[in-house]
Amino acid sequence: MKVAYWPGCVSRGFTPELHGSMAKVAPLLDIELIELDRGNCCGAGVIAEHNQELADTLNARTFALAQQTDGELMMNICSTCQGAQSECQERLDANGEYREHVNRTLAPEGLTYAKGLANKNFLWLLVEEVGLDALRARVTRPLSGLRVGPFYGCYIVRPRSRIGIDADHPRDRYLEQVIDALGGTVIDYAGSHKCCGFPIITMNKQASLTQAGRHLGDAVDAAADCLVTPCPLCHLNLDLQQPLAERVVGRELKMPVLHLPQLVGLALGLEPKELGMNRHVVRPSSVIDWSTTVVAAAATATAD
Amino acid sequence: MAEFTLRLRRYDPESGEPAYWDEHVIELEPHRSVLEGILQARARFDGSIGIRCSCRAAICGSCGVRINGEPGLACHTHLDKAVASSTDGVIEVEPMGNMPVIKDLIVDMEAVHWKKIRAVTPWLLAREPVPEREYVVPRETMVDITQSMACIQCGACVSDCLAMEVDDEFIGPAALAKAYRFVGDPRDAEQEARLRELAEDEHGLYTCTHCFKCVDACPKGVDPMGQIMRLRRIAGNDQKIDDRNNGHRHEEAFVKNIERNGVLHEADLLTDSFGGKLNPRALPELLASAPAVVTAMRRGKVTPAKALLHHHKAPKGVKAIFKEVEGHAERYELNLYVSGRDEDDAPPAGTEASA
Repeated sequence: MKVAYWPGCVSRGFTPELHGSMAKVAPLLDIELIELDRGNCCGAGVIAEHNQELADTLNARTFALAQQTDGELMMNICSTCQGAQSECQERLDANGEYREHVNRTLAPEGLTYAKGLANKNFLWLLVEEVGLDALRARVTRPLSGLRVGPFYGCYIVRPRSRIGIDADHPRDRYLEQVIDALGGTVIDYAGSHKCCGFPIITMNKQASLTQAGRHLGDAVDAAADCLVTPCPLCHLNLDLQQPLAERVVGRELKMPVLHLPQLVGLALGLEPKELGMNRHVVRPSSVIDWSTTVVAAAATATAD
Repeated sequence: MAEFTLRLRRYDPESGEPAYWDEHVIELEPHRSVLEGILQARARFDGSIGIRCSCRAAICGSCGVRINGEPGLACHTHLDKAVASSTDGVIEVEPMGNMPVIKDLIVDMEAVHWKKIRAVTPWLLAREPVPEREYVVPRETMVDITQSMACIQCGACVSDCLAMEVDDEFIGPAALAKAYRFVGDPRDAEQEARLRELAEDEHGLYTCTHCFKCVDACPKGVDPMGQIMRLRRIAGNDQKIDDRNNGHRHEEAFVKNIERNGVLHEADLLTDSFGGKLNPRALPELLASAPAVVTAMRRGKVTPAKALLHHHKAPKGVKAIFKEVEGHAERYELNLYVSGRDEDDAPPAGTEASA
């Protein structure tokens, strides 16, 4: 399928391995990415707390750019983009007069947002468009024995009504479903749906890093090999800031955190290095060791 | 009549025994409430079960608990719905979080919730001169604050606040929603002072992490986080309160960053949020971040060129949006609580409380 692809800012900034791994994984799932390279930042909730109309208009612009492509829908790879964009879209779709007002600002650039765009995070696309059975069928290297803890990021699970979580769309369980479809073992731990702390890292560092450190510690206690997240901002607090979080919570953590496309890529046969895992602050040694063992076992089996 | 199994969290601090789970099978019609189930268990099996309740109609806010891990009112949750949300067919009821347990399902609201509510001066400080008859205020403004006035002080949002979980001094969602009730009231005289106090508090306005927990927790649709964002817009953008927590500076730095680059340039954001590279305040913060940055560079996550050079300039369209929207004489804000939704966007009847 063809999608208008919004990679977000951080996937091309401080977590380049996310954008890179998505580009590697997409063709393996027959997803054609039409990158919205003229798109703009979603505001991450911060522009909305400065001026709501500004955030709404900026996102309407990205939506309008997506609607100019022949993509079936718009896809993002960031929980925060998903949540911030869904919030703006809720207002734009709910009120025709407001939509016209916003569209007048977009008019000079020749853009118009038409109500009802489908904008889905890669996680939702995997489950709702690709399908878990189809995903399972494409797995060439099941994640057998790999213990993976899900970490969603707040923006992709709350508020439930805006995010579209209901009995038919248990989007707050999709990571578990995907880990399972890839052959991995789902690790249940306290922090999976909690806040990574990133939004307040410059305002209340102690609270922010306590959040990150506590969730990572819970995952360590649950004997997870790694966490997986669809949110690069969570990745910043859980991976980039992990050495500082260790100091705040006073314990060694060493918990690798993978981006969702990296985990999918691993099961589709890509190598850790191709997926940019060497770029993480916390080396995903457990994951690399796992993949080395699996490859070695496969080689032995072939030799036999 | 149907049978339901309740699993109740029991704890009596005076006994010296640890908390434990207690199961009771009760019989009631499925549309009856979890509260009625608990009261039946208490009447039939164990008179010592502690639960606080009064109105039984989602008005008094006394019976806040966690049901299957989610906060809510016991009187406002049907037994059949509660079974549907349980993992093993048993309805699990626990006391709320972030507050000490007095006994079983009763928490100490005084020690946490009420203390924080009182801290925001929860009454109107009348604007002078007080008119002879009534104040004349715009209808939209008053409808707007009725959303936070709908709070019944049940503590569900406090129970699940993720910032309070790591910072027990955080003023929290209920108190901040209450603060907006007065900051948003044109009859109040102390808007600026109220905002300044909350913005300067190290555990105040800027400790909310945007986790949306309070939005889902609230049984009355108060949207505490939405009110917190309104407070931030007024404190930062309108009143330009330059707080010691970098709240306003971070907001300004972010907005300018996007105006300049179209997409976020993180290296600049970090320094600008602390007041800029040359700001003395930024130095200790930047030094503290240095190890993380060095590791990121060693891993090839960030290159010095990427950190210093700006390859991406904002498209003209983005700059035009900033100019147009920021150029309005008054900040315009669509509030769906006031405006409502277009009819064709309304959720199908029966899925939401139909007003």
